[in-house]
Amino acid sequence: MTAKMTMAQAINSALRDAMTADESVVVFGEDVGPLGGVFRVTEGLTRDFGEDRCFDTPLAESGIVGMAAGMAMNGMRPVVEMQFDAFAYPAFEQIVSHVAKFGNRTRGTLRLPMVIRIPYAGGIGGVEHHCDSSEAYYAHTAGLTVVAPADNTDAYALLRAAIEWPDPVVYLEPKRHYFSNEEVDLAAADSTIGRAAVVRKGRDATLIAYGPSVPVALAAAEEAATEGRDLGVVDLRSIVPFDDDTVCEQVKHTGRAVVVAEAPGFASVASEIAARVTERCFHYLEAPVRRVTGFDIPYPAPKLEHFHLPDTARILDAVDELQWEEQP
Amino acid sequence: MSVDELGAAVATVRILDEAGDLVDGADRPDSDALLAGYRQLVHGRRLNEQAGALVRQGRLAVYPSSRGQEACQVACVTALSEGDWLFPTYRDAVAIATRGVDPVEVLSMLKGDWHCGYDPAQHRVAPQATPLATQLLHAVGVAHAARLKGEDTVVMALCGDGATSEGDFHEACNFAAVFASPVVFFVQNNKYAISVPLARQSVAPSLASKAVGYGMPGVRVDGNDLGALSTVLGEAVEQARRGGGPTLVEADTYRVEAHTNADDATRYRTTDEVDEWAGRDPLTRVSAYLRGVGALDDDIEAEFAADADRMAARVREGLGVDVAPDPDELFAHVYATPTQQLVQQRAALQGEFDVEEA
Repeated sequence: MTAKMTMAQAINSALRDAMTADESVVVFGEDVGPLGGVFRVTEGLTRDFGEDRCFDTPLAESGIVGMAAGMAMNGMRPVVEMQFDAFAYPAFEQIVSHVAKFGNRTRGTLRLPMVIRIPYAGGIGGVEHHCDSSEAYYAHTAGLTVVAPADNTDAYALLRAAIEWPDPVVYLEPKRHYFSNEEVDLAAADSTIGRAAVVRKGRDATLIAYGPSVPVALAAAEEAATEGRDLGVVDLRSIVPFDDDTVCEQVKHTGRAVVVAEAPGFASVASEIAARVTERCFHYLEAPVRRVTGFDIPYPAPKLEHFHLPDTARILDAVDELQWEEQP
Repeated sequence: MSVDELGAAVATVRILDEAGDLVDGADRPDSDALLAGYRQLVHGRRLNEQAGALVRQGRLAVYPSSRGQEACQVACVTALSEGDWLFPTYRDAVAIATRGVDPVEVLSMLKGDWHCGYDPAQHRVAPQATPLATQLLHAVGVAHAARLKGEDTVVMALCGDGATSEGDFHEACNFAAVFASPVVFFVQNNKYAISVPLARQSVAPSLASKAVGYGMPGVRVDGNDLGALSTVLGEAVEQARRGGGPTLVEADTYRVEAHTNADDATRYRTTDEVDEWAGRDPLTRVSAYLRGVGALDDDIEAEFAADADRMAARVREGLGVDVAPDPDELFAHVYATPTQQLVQQRAALQGEFDVEEA
């Protein structure tokens, strides 16, 4: 059952199928109703499911997430949209102090099955506060599950899984891929949260990426192949829970690893991955694990963002520095 | 209209004055209901005293007392039906116990056993937590979900005067009003947020008057007058249940004790002020009224006191039992299924014990 669709359409399909399968699933946020969201991800949901199932709220993100927490306490499965990554920060206290901790606080008697959808990361020439990679904040908070699809099939599969997940999920949507058309096979999608995917097998080194950095890593591997280097790519899919097994199996196989992520590198998810790989694979490594990340700066203005974002050249430079005995 | 005139527009509802006399024009309260409420006030006062004593004995780490606010604590719970929800703050242990939660379970949090000692779903009482006003949004969510499911649940959402300065107070009031959610926002204006007086929180004519900005009714009530509180909160609950949307109720009351045992209230308020409010005690006026109408005598008073003493003895006994903490619980509840990393960390901690034992 393959069909050509954009990532926005794949996410829309996931919402539709979840709302059809389970009437406790409700969608709300800013502009998600008649407009269908600023990225049209919720297009037609209010029309097709009614105002009680997909609705606009007052413009207040803490209110949206706090209300979702209460609805989850009372038997619903809310899926809320934060319009942009940086617009989620007013909801930070609700997410960190309550959404993440409720299950633990109540010894599991009140878990909050809810999804916080966040269009995230850059590459769209957006104004400030529209391009943040904020995954480290969420990944650092115990109690949250954090997933980031990289392709349209996973966008569908991981959202369906997130909505059915018993705990709160931060679902990070790589917004610059919203309108990328791909052949999607919804039936064959892997909806396992917590399992990374080896999206390209390679012999010489392993690129580890998630979300919008996966296509960049794949492009780098493609280019390296033309130069005689065989790079594998692991798509994490899920940052929390983290799939140490798949990542380490690949790194042990190649002996070399580069982590690619758009967020500033300091105290980042990329740093955590590098540390985990080093701890677990040290005796297999031919070189220190390298990180290719954004600089430790606020997200730059549109005309400067291409300097900031990891690209294939920067990834291949890092690969070159992995202490090869012979150059290809 | 000047700000002062606006303030006058929100009159304070009263039924009994400080001496227990019926206020001019007020309807006579139902004596049986008031007597039942008085019994709960006695219990609430006893629980506040017992918890304070347990702190001094080192059995509890801390206790934020609601002494002087017992009428608020009782009335906000008796206004609810069984299927309704209560969203308390950290100062509302008496309200939670009035709801029927075992006071030992309520106070075990302050003994350090766990962050919440009771089952919120069983009692329909949300966990207590220290961030201010955040629970008000959860209350709106529970109420909105109930409305979508066609249930007639009402949610009683508690906060203090300090919390009305928080953004979540504003967002919760606004969301509830926009969605006509069945919520009663009950602000116990006890005049202090730790040390900071009401005048530094707001220069609004009253906290109840803030309701105007949200398009919902706002009512100010004497927070030490059980009958008035029961009437006002009862009407607000019934209006919400009928689909009439939320109400903001401000109780004019006073935190007679310091914020907690760790606080020194003499640094920011006078004993004259405290004494004045102690003279408006919520228990004495009910007892004076009930004695005046012949519904209360020394025998009943003694029976209530003996009941309350038995409750206090159970609390002492229950909190005197040391429950050995289970380190597995550190990892067990974070996720429905512990992650591989948490499983490994639990095993590592167990390994430390094995080494110690060996």
